[in-house]
Order: sequence, then C-alpha cells, then structure tokens
Amino acid sequence: LAVQDFAYHRPLSIEAALGLMAPHGARPLAGGTDLVPQLREGRREATHVVDIKQIAALTQIEAQPDGGIVIGAAASATSIAHHPHVVRYFPAVASACRLIGSWQIQNRASLGGNVCNAAPSADGVPPLICLGAMARVASRQGQRAVPVDGLFAGPGKTTLGHGEILVSLHLPAPAPRSAAAYLRFTPRREMDIAIAGAGAWVQLDTDGKFAAARIALASVAPTPFRPAPAEQALIGQAPSKALVERVALIAAQACTPISDTRGSADYRRHLVAVLTRRALADSFTALGIAIEAA
Amino acid sequence: MKILLTAHINGEEREALGDTRDTLLELLRDRLGLTGTKEGCGNGNCGSCTVLMDGVPVNACLVLAQEAAGSRITTIEGLGSGIGAHAKLHPIQQALVEHGGTQCGFCTPGIVLTAKALLDTTPDPTEAQIRGAIAGNLCRCTGYDKIIRAISAAAATRRV
Repeated sequence: LAVQDFAYHRPLSIEAALGLMAPHGARPLAGGTDLVPQLREGRREATHVVDIKQIAALTQIEAQPDGGIVIGAAASATSIAHHPHVVRYFPAVASACRLIGSWQIQNRASLGGNVCNAAPSADGVPPLICLGAMARVASRQGQRAVPVDGLFAGPGKTTLGHGEILVSLHLPAPAPRSAAAYLRFTPRREMDIAIAGAGAWVQLDTDGKFAAARIALASVAPTPFRPAPAEQALIGQAPSKALVERVALIAAQACTPISDTRGSADYRRHLVAVLTRRALADSFTALGIAIEAA
Repeated sequence: MKILLTAHINGEEREALGDTRDTLLELLRDRLGLTGTKEGCGNGNCGSCTVLMDGVPVNACLVLAQEAAGSRITTIEGLGSGIGAHAKLHPIQQALVEHGGTQCGFCTPGIVLTAKALLDTTPDPTEAQIRGAIAGNLCRCTGYDKIIRAISAAAATRRV
C-alpha cells in the first residue's frame, strides 16, 4: 500500500480537474508509471490523486493547419509513437516515445508525465526542447504558455505552481531546411535509463550554413540541459566533420554530470561528446548532408 | 480507506472490498484470488504482473485498482478454454510447453499475455519484433531463445 492514504478522482473536464487540484497535496495522475511506485515507496506524497486521462482533450493528438501538432498531456507514449503526423514530421519525438521503458510502460506512460516527473534522464524531453516545444499550463487562475525547457527546477521538481497542471505540448511546424534527432546510451537496448542522452536540432540557411541550432542533453545535469556555447558554435558555419567534433567537445565540457551506479561523471562526459556528434550527424543525414562521423 | 472496487475481468464484472490505494495487481491477487498474475519487482521493471487492459499489455503493479474501472482486463486465468478433463491451453501456452520456453514459470503468465497482444496486432512478427515486445518481461531462467521460438511457432500455428 502507498504510505499515505489518498482520494482518487476521475474528472471528465479540465475545469473539474482544476477544481480538484485546489487542495494542497493534490497531484495529477496520467499514466501512473512514475507516480504509482513513488506513492507506494513514499518518494512523493499526495492526499488527492486526480486522474486526468478520462478528459478527452488531454489524450488528443491534433495536427494543426500550419503543420505543427498539439499533444495532450495525458496522451500515451504508444499513441504518440504511432500517430502518422508525429511519425512523419516529428520522428525524433516518435522515436523517443518508443525508448521510454517497455511496451507495457509505453501503453500507460504519457509524454506530459515524462516531462512533469522531471527526471534528468527523461527520454521524451530532449526532443521536445530541441524542437522548441511550448507547454500549455492551466490553473483556476487561467492559462499560460511556457517553453518546455523552462519547466524544470531540479531532479523531480518542476516550476509548476500550486494548482497548476500541464494541459498540452505544442510543437511548432517544422521549419524549412531543419531536422532533429535524439540518441541515448543504455547498457540494455530496451527498458533502461539513459546514462546520457543527446538531442540535436539544426536549421540551415539558403547558403547551406547553420541559421539556428538547439542541443539538449539528458542525464548529465540536475535538469535536462542546453549547452549554449555548443549551439552558438554552429551558427553561421557550414556542416563539416571538424565542426561536429568541435561542437561535441564543447557540449561535453558544458555539462555537469554526477557519478552514480549507472556511470561516472567522466564516462558521461565522454558519452555526451559521442552522442552529440552522432545526433548532429543524424540530423544532417535527414537533410541530405553526408559528413563522415565516427 | 476501505472502498468497493469494481472491474471487468476475463469477461465478468467483479467487485471486491479493497483499499483506495490498492493497485490492480493487489485487486487481482489479494482481493479476488487470481494469483496467476505474479508480483516480481512491484515497480514496473520485470513485467511479471503483465495483464491486458483493453487488449494492450500493462504492468498491473503500476495501475491503481480504481483506474481499472471501465476497462476490460484479461489475466492469464482468462486464456485457454474448457474445464477439468477438457481444459485446453491457449496456443501460446502450448507452444511454450512444446519448446521448453518455461523453466521456473514465474515470468510465464506475463510473457504469454504480452505475446498474445503482439500476435493479435502483428500475426507474423519478426524475431526483432518479438524481442522488442517482450523486452519488458524479464526471464532469469531460459535465456529467452526458447521463448522466442515458442512465440514464433505459436504465430505460425495461428496463421495456418
């Protein structure tokens, strides 16, 4: 049994859910794959558990007329990974959803929950950050939009205020001449937690040089993390093997990993360099650019 | 807090007195006596407690019993057919027997249900698809090869 008793609620509208979130100790439940064991092991507390996945709007995945997509906060990883618009236009998000836990986990876990659980290792988060995703957050006081990388306060902690829930994740339409990729390293191919992960998104200008770039790293800092100097080093440059290697080393220097049972800080830094290089190379490949990458 | 839990399990509406904090696994095993579903790790790593929820595999230890209301749950007790002398294993169970795909047997109910969900949507899976599907079902005895062979064989039998 969970350490603390709680009341379970199953609202059918966002308004009802926000009302139920008013008491202190209320916590939203989507797939439950993180929250249920946390409650049982006393790692998180809740007096009210508000199950939000019966709210139709929160499990919807909706392609937008401009080519973007809105993903309901409680939509399962499986439903996202199989959504045709996600598969075609946001393959980095689809592949990250296939990396979260096992098939059993993916059938329950939501991408919104992966974000709100705020694990530094969350596989779903780096692609969202790379793609410039915005989070829509609601409370009884109203709604606000936050860039996804602004949601993290520390391991297991978000910047969401009391009574606020994540409603949806908004991915803007893919920009012209842009591509993204996410890679992670785990001892097992499936069903494992990333020792390190790296996502990359690049956009070329009409001269074939980088107009914009985002890199997001997992498991190498207290929160998912963007190595700004590495991103800046790409701007205005043309893709080359030497550039990718330089940027990968800058990313490795910028991160602040810890040593734990899964890997040492030095090993994680090494992995960041390798994964950043490969994630950049994969996004170049998606743009039809071939560079030699080890 | 004590509460009346209800769920649709193996084609029947069931109810039991339970606790607000019960997981689906506790409802099945401790409240309803359906002990075919096994508890291994209790935190979603091992897959021993895999059941089908509306046809897809989930870890029963990660689902609150109250969340199950309104869903169709299939446990290992819901597979196979006939009773007594006429009892017949499900083709996936039969294939596991024939290929020696079960040793201690603790992971077997979860493996069978995951494999059933796979074959229901992918009648002719590749070895990679089988391995991917059961990646969340740990087996510490067989080394998996005999399980993979059994699932392939069950798929072939079903296609005949």
